[in-house]
Amino acid sequence: MPLLEIQNLHATVAGREILKGVSLSIHPGEVHAIMGPNGSGKSTLAQVLAGRELYTVTAGQVFYEGEDLLALAPELRAQKGIFLAFQYPVEIPGVSNMYFLKAALNTVRKARNLPELDAFDFLALVKEKMKLMEMDQALLNRPVNTGFSGGEKKRNEIFQMAVLEPRLAILDETDSGLDIDALRIVAGGVNALRSPDRSMIVVTHYQRLLNYIVPDFVHVLSEGRIVKSGGKELALELEEKGYAGLGIEDEEEAVGRI
Amino acid sequence: MTAVSEQIGNWLAAFTDQFPAEPWVQALREAAFQRFSALGFPTTHNEEWRFTSVAPIARTAFRIGSADKLIRSPEIVEEPDSCVAQAHLARYASFDQNSFVALNTAFLDRLVPTTVLRVPPGAVLEQPIEITYAVPADVAGDPREALPIAVHPRTLILVGAGAQCAIIETFKGEGFYFTNAVTEIVAAENSFVDHYKLQQESPEALHIATLQAQLGRNTNFSSHSISLGGALVRNDVGVVLSEGTEATLNGLYIANGSQHIDNHTVIDHAKPHGTSHELYKGILDDHATAVFNGRIIVRKDAQKTDSKQTNKNLVLSDDAVINTKPELQILADDVRCTHGATIGQLDAESMFYLQSRGIARPDARNLLIYAFAQDIADRVKLPTLHDSLERILFEKFHEHSQ
Repeated sequence: MPLLEIQNLHATVAGREILKGVSLSIHPGEVHAIMGPNGSGKSTLAQVLAGRELYTVTAGQVFYEGEDLLALAPELRAQKGIFLAFQYPVEIPGVSNMYFLKAALNTVRKARNLPELDAFDFLALVKEKMKLMEMDQALLNRPVNTGFSGGEKKRNEIFQMAVLEPRLAILDETDSGLDIDALRIVAGGVNALRSPDRSMIVVTHYQRLLNYIVPDFVHVLSEGRIVKSGGKELALELEEKGYAGLGIEDEEEAVGRI
Repeated sequence: MTAVSEQIGNWLAAFTDQFPAEPWVQALREAAFQRFSALGFPTTHNEEWRFTSVAPIARTAFRIGSADKLIRSPEIVEEPDSCVAQAHLARYASFDQNSFVALNTAFLDRLVPTTVLRVPPGAVLEQPIEITYAVPADVAGDPREALPIAVHPRTLILVGAGAQCAIIETFKGEGFYFTNAVTEIVAAENSFVDHYKLQQESPEALHIATLQAQLGRNTNFSSHSISLGGALVRNDVGVVLSEGTEATLNGLYIANGSQHIDNHTVIDHAKPHGTSHELYKGILDDHATAVFNGRIIVRKDAQKTDSKQTNKNLVLSDDAVINTKPELQILADDVRCTHGATIGQLDAESMFYLQSRGIARPDARNLLIYAFAQDIADRVKLPTLHDSLERILFEKFHEHSQ
């Protein structure tokens, strides 16, 4: 049975249809990369799976562990093992990273019928995972993402993922804005979490990340639909020919091609 | 208007019933009552009271009572004699334009007028001065006792040059009553004074209070006004700065149900090189209403003034209302003054972020509200007060979500 089964998913935001029939099956242990130009619906797909209310699902179904995912509130999805690493992690002044993570971990553990961790065990776990992400422990006592650099925010996302140990991790453009050193650390953190019963959806605009996180499958999303699927070699083909090589329009950034 | 004048008659009866006091106190009382009679209670036509109707006070017949007063202060703090009190009392909190200050002054205590404390020059207090005014539940019996109580707590604190101290004033009580408090603080040159006011009145209480601080050269003064209780609340905080004075005014008001909390502040930069920072934050739910009015005066020779005012409001329901208004009167030309006000709801993105980590919606909501208030709690420098405030906030938002 697939861990996640997306069937003909349609979603709108403010009346505009972004996802126009996405279907995808993900089995335990698989890593799926979702690539596509800006505006293709990659981030929307990631957010819809995590339960963002901003988007309205207008058609289609999603099953997670055989259960209707779309009927669940975002917190229940998280408690059942779905984790979204945000493209733009949210700053929450006034809530310390430590308090936030402890509250999150204990809720998730409770949902999995595991005992809550006491302060001592929690700290030991957190220290181990921070080491993995080469993070400064001082960040624990700072408010969530507040005053963090872009790279620190992305590392903080993967650090949270390492602590929460999800069954399905969705990484939304975790690579964007990272220099190569930070990218290696983030990818190292992700790879350390790969396991036969953990699946991942890696959403990215650039092939570069996939040199470090090697996917089992690559899907190309364009205008709200998956237009091509293949193995990891599809990413290399994209790198070579660009989205245009697949006949996909990629809106140029303001700077354009140099 | 007739209802108002009738009740002034009631106050007159209470006033004339008082035992006479020391001549100088009696003179103050009489001058103040005369002023009160002339002013009457303010109406919403008065710009200073535009959003706060004091009709529940003006229309009620009260009997004069006194709050249970508990003072804990380090040994070094003195209770100065009458001459010292006479030199300062009612010199700073003017009753000329404020009916409530006038009323408070008209009912000054008889023998030991008010709470008067003096921190000797150079004294550094390890422990705070704690003053608690508690209005006990009414004792039924005598039909006269059936009238609700009005109390007029009065506090004067004199801080000597170079001294350092923290003051905590707590107001609480049970049932329906009217607290009309006035506190004056005089901080002599180079002193360091932190004032904390914890307003935890009963849900039915009417609470009007004035804090007026006269700050000497190079003093460092902070006021933290935490308003949690009361049905109708008005806080007036005024500070007058001298050369090189640094003043911080922080405030937190949390209102739900049909509570009304009004904070008026006046920061008067009278001399050059003064610095003031003001941050008031409010959380409003249900039908609660609140007012923030922050006046900053920079007098003609107060050059190089640096003043910053911020008012932030978190509005949790469609029916809650906040009126916020900065009032800058700048007469000097080489100054820096900034002000800003925000009114917002809980951030949807922050909610989603917390929920996406497994935190249930009501808990996420409480956590964000708590975090909003925490900012002010974190500015409380006394560890014990900081902790108890955190506990109060935590319980408040926990109970709130039920």
